[in-house]
Amino acid sequence: MEDTVKFKIENLNVYWSGSHVLKSISMDIGANKILGIIGPSGSGKTVFLRTLNRLNDMELQIRIEGGVLLDGKDIFAPGMDPVMLRKKIGMVFALPIPLPASIYNNIIYGPSLSGITNKNRLDEIVVKSLKSAFLWDEVKDRLKTSAMRLSGGQQQRLCLARTLAMEPEVILLDEPCSGLDPISTTQIEYALKELKKNYTIVLVTNNTKQAARVADNTAFFLMNELIEYGPTGTIFTVPGDIRTMDYITGRFG
Amino acid sequence: MKIFGENSIKNLLIVIAFSALTALFLILAFILLEGLPFIFNIGIKNFLLSSDWQPMAGKYGIFAMIVGSLWVTLGAIIVGVPLGLAGAIFLAEFLPRWMMRIIKPAIELLAGIPSVVYGFIGVMVLAPLIRDYIGGPGLSIMAASIILGIMILPTILSISIDSIKAVPQSYREGAFSLGATHWQTIHMATLPAAKSGIIAGIILGLGRAIGETMAVIMVAGNAVILPGSPLDSVRTLTANIALEMGYATGMHRQALFATGVVLLLIIMVLNYAATISIRNMNRKV
Repeated sequence: MEDTVKFKIENLNVYWSGSHVLKSISMDIGANKILGIIGPSGSGKTVFLRTLNRLNDMELQIRIEGGVLLDGKDIFAPGMDPVMLRKKIGMVFALPIPLPASIYNNIIYGPSLSGITNKNRLDEIVVKSLKSAFLWDEVKDRLKTSAMRLSGGQQQRLCLARTLAMEPEVILLDEPCSGLDPISTTQIEYALKELKKNYTIVLVTNNTKQAARVADNTAFFLMNELIEYGPTGTIFTVPGDIRTMDYITGRFG
Repeated sequence: MKIFGENSIKNLLIVIAFSALTALFLILAFILLEGLPFIFNIGIKNFLLSSDWQPMAGKYGIFAMIVGSLWVTLGAIIVGVPLGLAGAIFLAEFLPRWMMRIIKPAIELLAGIPSVVYGFIGVMVLAPLIRDYIGGPGLSIMAASIILGIMILPTILSISIDSIKAVPQSYREGAFSLGATHWQTIHMATLPAAKSGIIAGIILGLGRAIGETMAVIMVAGNAVILPGSPLDSVRTLTANIALEMGYATGMHRQALFATGVVLLLIIMVLNYAATISIRNMNRKV
């Protein structure tokens, strides 16, 4: 945790139509690490994740207080364009949602929004990101077919590849394996471990074992609060809080 | 007792459903029986491909009216679809919810204005404007297209709004999280997902445009000539039936039924083509 800090979150409070959905969260997210966020449903994990790329902005009844600094810059500062921010912070959702287009066009969508039009360059990006998401071998012969025809696990890896194609600095994943079978889950986890060399990864998961397997640091959310945050080894062997212990051993939640 | 009640309701519903179908079928059969023998009698070519319509002289060519109907409908689409689509995108994506609650019922109210009122506005306001500023007699394809385009707007708007609103928020978030702007998200995620609903709205509007009679009679001029420009008068198929049914007898009466047969065919072909195109588009995605 003493490494380079990518995200610095200072006393973050989020209110959603009257209820206090994130209470005074402060934490540092280290660069080139995987942060696993665990906690029961409704504990604020997803709201936290969606605050980091300002996807919550679109909700009308939301109010955000406190600071979120990306590389030392406040992402809520007036001069910060959320569209530019989201180009730097990719996100993968629980349900894979390919765009209604071919596999190839799904991947190049982000890069072409950034103004890349060179065909060779786009081809390179497609190959590179599909390989990084461990999907290349399965789809290399049918890049022009509709992304909707892929299986759920393939669609999720396509969404990961699509995010990688933008060459972001941070990847946020919101329960990316909740709808996937164990084999697809393993493939995603393997991809994540490889990817952290180049990216900072924040992984929200309902599966505590998944956090134990892939995360360098783990944060435990409960009832809209950050209960405990530390290296995964410590959290899972000698947790400092009795509630963390209860949750990871399956006594509640 | 319970079973008996269950069955009798089911039987009752069957009878009602079949009565509705039978009524439709009888109307169809009647039109065909009155119209088809006439068409074969004077020859398909003389009927469909001649523009010579003089019932008193025994000349029944409706080509000019077919062309008139198609032009007016095409014009309505050209006027109504861009306005309807752009309006629907704005209303569904950019308008705050509380304003939407006021505007949506207002749009639906527009659909309820009787066509004679639209026609009246066309005759009193639009036709003189066209005559004075653009040319021609005023009562023309252009006037009919604009009036019809406005008439089909509520249909296109409200169905398109509903289908844009029905696109799951997660689709939009997917595009947003790839760094798309609001407009890019609409273009790439929202509209493709709402496409079949929007096309359904356009088809409904198309059906209304080609079938509309009252407003068209009032503003299209009704001259039986092949139009050379959008400023010329035309008579549509629907107008032909409505204008002459009062005094038509014998062959003339049959000719009007035959006009109805052609109208029916055109609508069937358009609907079928639209269904096919929706299906193809869904397959491509």
